[in-house]
This record gives sequence, structure tokens and C-alpha cells, in this order.
Amino acid sequence: MTYREALNLALREEMRRDPRVFVMGEEVGLYEGAYKVTQGLLKEFGEKRIIDTPICESGFTGVGVGAAMLGLRPVVEMMTFNFSILALDQIVNSAAKLCYMSGGQYNIPLVVRGPGGPASQLAAQHSQSMETYFYHVPGLKVVRPSTPADAKGLLKSSIRDENPVIFIESETLYAIKGEVPEDPDYLIPLGQAAIRREGTDVTVIAYMGMLYRALEVAEELAQDGISIEIVDPRTLRPMDTETIVGSVRKTHRCVVIEAGAGFAGMGSEIAAEVQEEAFDDLDAPVARITGENAPMPYARNLELLKTPSKAKIAAAIRKVCA
Amino acid sequence: MAQTKVALPTARLDTELARRLLTQMQLIRRFEEKAAEMYAMGKIGGFLHLYIGQEAVAVGATSVTRPDDYAVSSYREHGHCLAKGSDPKRIMAELFGRIDGLSKGKGGSMHLFDKSVNFLGGHGIVGAHLPLAAGAGFGIKYQGGDQVVLCYFGDGAVPEGEFHESLNLAALWKLPVIFICENNRYAMGTAIHRALAQTEIWRFAETYGIHGEAVDGMDVLAIRECVGRAVERARRDKVPALIEARTYRFRGHSMRDPAGAVYRTKEEVEREKLRDPIVMFGERCVKDGALTDADLKLIEKAVFDQVDEAVAFAEASPEPAPEELFTDVYKD
Repeated sequence: MTYREALNLALREEMRRDPRVFVMGEEVGLYEGAYKVTQGLLKEFGEKRIIDTPICESGFTGVGVGAAMLGLRPVVEMMTFNFSILALDQIVNSAAKLCYMSGGQYNIPLVVRGPGGPASQLAAQHSQSMETYFYHVPGLKVVRPSTPADAKGLLKSSIRDENPVIFIESETLYAIKGEVPEDPDYLIPLGQAAIRREGTDVTVIAYMGMLYRALEVAEELAQDGISIEIVDPRTLRPMDTETIVGSVRKTHRCVVIEAGAGFAGMGSEIAAEVQEEAFDDLDAPVARITGENAPMPYARNLELLKTPSKAKIAAAIRKVCA
Repeated sequence: MAQTKVALPTARLDTELARRLLTQMQLIRRFEEKAAEMYAMGKIGGFLHLYIGQEAVAVGATSVTRPDDYAVSSYREHGHCLAKGSDPKRIMAELFGRIDGLSKGKGGSMHLFDKSVNFLGGHGIVGAHLPLAAGAGFGIKYQGGDQVVLCYFGDGAVPEGEFHESLNLAALWKLPVIFICENNRYAMGTAIHRALAQTEIWRFAETYGIHGEAVDGMDVLAIRECVGRAVERARRDKVPALIEARTYRFRGHSMRDPAGAVYRTKEEVEREKLRDPIVMFGERCVKDGALTDADLKLIEKAVFDQVDEAVAFAEASPEPAPEELFTDVYKD
């Protein structure tokens, strides 16, 4: 099953299970989703529960928040997460804070989902890592599912969660295939990392496209006798620090890869956590391999320079292990 | 679609209704006068935006709704929350930042929420609660209910994109939301003609093909009549409306602008105070024979006592325990 089909299945199963769940966003119904994640949903669930919106991200995200206050469980699609900046106030100031500001009277079980991260030659406004904007905010949960099975298990957990969840998929992963459990109650708890490859020399932390690049690098470096353990955080907030630190305690080295610009990025946070929790276990400084601190260029040659290449990742790992 | 001139009802005012409306307006007035005192004494911190002068809008509008209808407002929301039926003691405790406040002291003056009376909150970002109101309207329809939503906001929210996004969505999807713009003529210190190309706010309804109407926001009975019709239509036909209640804020924008004197003249403020909604309605009640001068005094006395009780309750309530910093960030 593809990653896209896994998401579609998760939505169908949760909508069949709970009549309070509905999907709202631009082109989710008649057009069946700009990336076809909602294909066939209008036919199965009708216009009451699959709602095409006009282009007004702040407006329809706010509608999701208001509906959640009345006990519904909205899944709001961002056609791409780049557009979520227009809804940032509703996500950061409304969805994330109403539970706290109301002393727990109104929790917001809202999922905001859609693709994000680097795509292919879409230039600066349509190709960027958006998780940074959200994982800083107490009250939000942030998920980045890297495999088809995770796409299903994590989306279902997100929909059943009582809090606002930012669920960022990837255009570049929609077509990948993998085993996906058919169990309609297949859930992956939020806040639980996965060890994607076991190793003994260095812990590499990566997710989404960077995870697959890291897996290829690990295969190559294995031939040179470097044994790499790869941890996929899956949920960025809450972060499964225990699994990450546990792995570092075993390997004594840590490399964090992220596609987004490095300044104050996910790598900075993980590096800080690791040195706070496991400084004495480290045999080398934690290394960050991040996207360059420039907007995403259109030109293919420049675009390739912007995100961490396999060569760059391999070089950094070799350096840490030297 | 057209602006309707509303003639005051000629029928004699019902005594119980008169008493209820006047009591609520007086309660809001006294509550806020006291809150201003407490602010000056340092018992209340942060921002405190007073509603004084605008009481007829919240009281008139709420009086034509049912308890299970919803209301949502901006950060100038003490009046709407009180009108909806919240306990003044718990609101005052919230202003004091105490554990018995509506939100355990974590929201404060700008963020009053009371689920027990369907008050969906005080929201601090101008215009941001209008989509929430549309969402509540959406939720009502989705659940097959027949409630309506009253959404209060100031003229300052009208230039915001979310005003237009929300009116469009509510009109497009036929949502039972009454958008009540309390036009007090100043967005903080910016006069309406300096902020809006179209200062007849009710006319924005035409753009979205919904009912729009302006009403004297100082006349509680006129508001009842106007909002009453909109509520009835919304309940029956699931349609929104935009009502512009023309009112005036007697105090400044917040306690940090106590006189509100830089951007408007003293003469203007004094002139508007002659149209005090509470004084005007009290006179009307007496003239109509619905209430006597003695009744008015009794109402005032009762409200003073109630507000004093609220202050005593707030004073006695403990501060939230340190652990409360971390509760309600997430719901389990």
C-alpha cells in the first residue's frame, strides 16, 4: 500500500468509527485532494462530512477550532503546509491555547494535516520545512510520519487525540510503498520514536526524506565497517527523548539530520537534549547536518545544494566516527 | 437586506422584563466600576478593557436567546459573559488570578470562558474569534441542533481579513451566526473613518448576501427587537446576519488609556454620556410605570451587594498552586 493510500485508509476508518470526524479543506471533496489523499471520501461520506472550502486558511482553520469547541473532531487539510502560515494565528493562538486559557474547559481535538518539507523544484514558497513553526508551541503536538504504516497508525492516533495535532506529510513520500496493517485499530502512540536500523557506532536521527537518505548512507558505510543506528522520532512534540538518549548511550556518538534550515532547528533541540542527558556518554560532539540557511532555490543545481546530500551526510558521519 | 428603522415598541413594558434587563445592565456596570477600582489597587493586573457605556448590547441581545445558545466575544467581554449568566464571583476571581476563577486564574480579564453557560470565550486577537463563531455555527448544523451563535466584536475587527472570511463562510454555508458589531467608533485610538473605507458597517452584509441592519446600541429594547428577529430567522432558516449596534465606550480603550482623551474630545465624550443606556432605560421604565424610583434604588442596592460579594469571594480565593502552571496544557 502506498503512503497516500495509508492516509486515505486512516481517514476512512476513523470516519466510519466516529461520526464526529469530518474533513475540511481546499479541494478535498470534488477534486479529491490536490494530492489525492482524500480520493473517494466524498463518495463514501457525502458533502456533510467532506467539505470543500474556499481559499481562506485562517477562516476554515478557525471553523475547525470552533467546531472542536462544540465536541466535533475536525481534520483540516492544508493543501500544502506552506499555506498554514495564513492560519498560524488560529493554530498558535486559538487551537493551542484554548484548553489552557479556559482552565481545561475547552480542549481542541483538531488535526491539521497536509504535505510539507522540501519538494521538487517548487521554489522558495512551496518547498520548505514547516514543523519549526509549530513544535515550539506548548499545547500543540507535531507529527512527521515517514512510512506508510506510520502514516496510518499516527494519523489515526492524531484523530483520536484530545489535543490539536499538526500532522505534516510529504509530497515526495506519497507514492512510496510499504506494509500497512489492516487492523482498523492499528494505532501508533504519539511521542514514540522508532529505531529504523540497529547499529553500534553512531546514532543518526532523521525523519521523512532525510531518513531514506540516511538509510542509504548507512548501507554504504557498513561496507567500511561503520555500524549506524538510525532513530526516527516520528513525533517531534512530544519528543521521545528516552529512545534517542538510550541509543546515544549505546553508540556514544550522535548525528542529527534535518532538511530544514539549521538555525534554531530540530537538530539544535535534539543536540541540546542529548548533551544535557548524555554528555558523559558522548565520545564526540553532536553533529548537525541541516539544510543550508537560504530559501529554497528553483534552479535544480542549487536546489540539490540546499538540502543535505548523501555525500554530505556520509562525510559528517565519518568525521564523528573518526 | 435593507436598513430597518425600528420604532420603539409602544406596548407597556413588562415589569419582570424591565427588572431583568435593568438589573443585568446595572450588574455589568457596577462589576466593571469595581474592577477598575481593584485594578487601581493592584488587585487586577495586565489589560482590563471596560465595556462601560455598551451594556445595552450584551443584555439586549442575550435576552432574546436561549440558555443553550452560544456566545463568543473579544477581550472586552465581561459584559457578554455576565449577560450569558456566568457567576460574577467566578469572573471576579478570574480577574484576580485566583483558583476559583472561571479558568483557574489562567485566562484573566481577556479570556473568560464558561462552558456551563455556553460562553465560548473572550479572545485576545482582534477578529480571530469570528471564524470560531462560524465554526460553532457549523457544529450546531452538523449536530442537527437549533441553537444560534451570538458573535460580538468591535468596529476594529471589520478591516481584518477574518471578518470577511467568516461572513463569507457563514453566508456560503448558511450558518446560524448573528455577527454583532459593537461600533463604538474607535478601534483603540483610531476613529472609524480613519480605518474603514465603508463606515456603514452593516452594509458589508450586502456584499455577502445576508441580512444586515444598524441599530441604536444605547437602546436595550431596540437591540432586543433587532437581534430577536435575527435570532428567530437564524434558528428557523439557518442563516447568518450582521448587526451593527451603534454604541459608545465611555472609558478609554483599557485601563492604560483611562480617559480615552487623546483621540476624542471631552465634549464628545460628555455628549455621548448623556445617552447612557442604563439611565435612559431606567427613565423609560419609570415613565412607563413598569418600575418605580424605589425599584430602581432596590436594584442598584442589590447589584452593589452582589458585586461586593464577588470581590470578597475573589479576595478569599487562593492563588493557583504552582502545579497549575502545567495542567491544561494538554488534555489526556
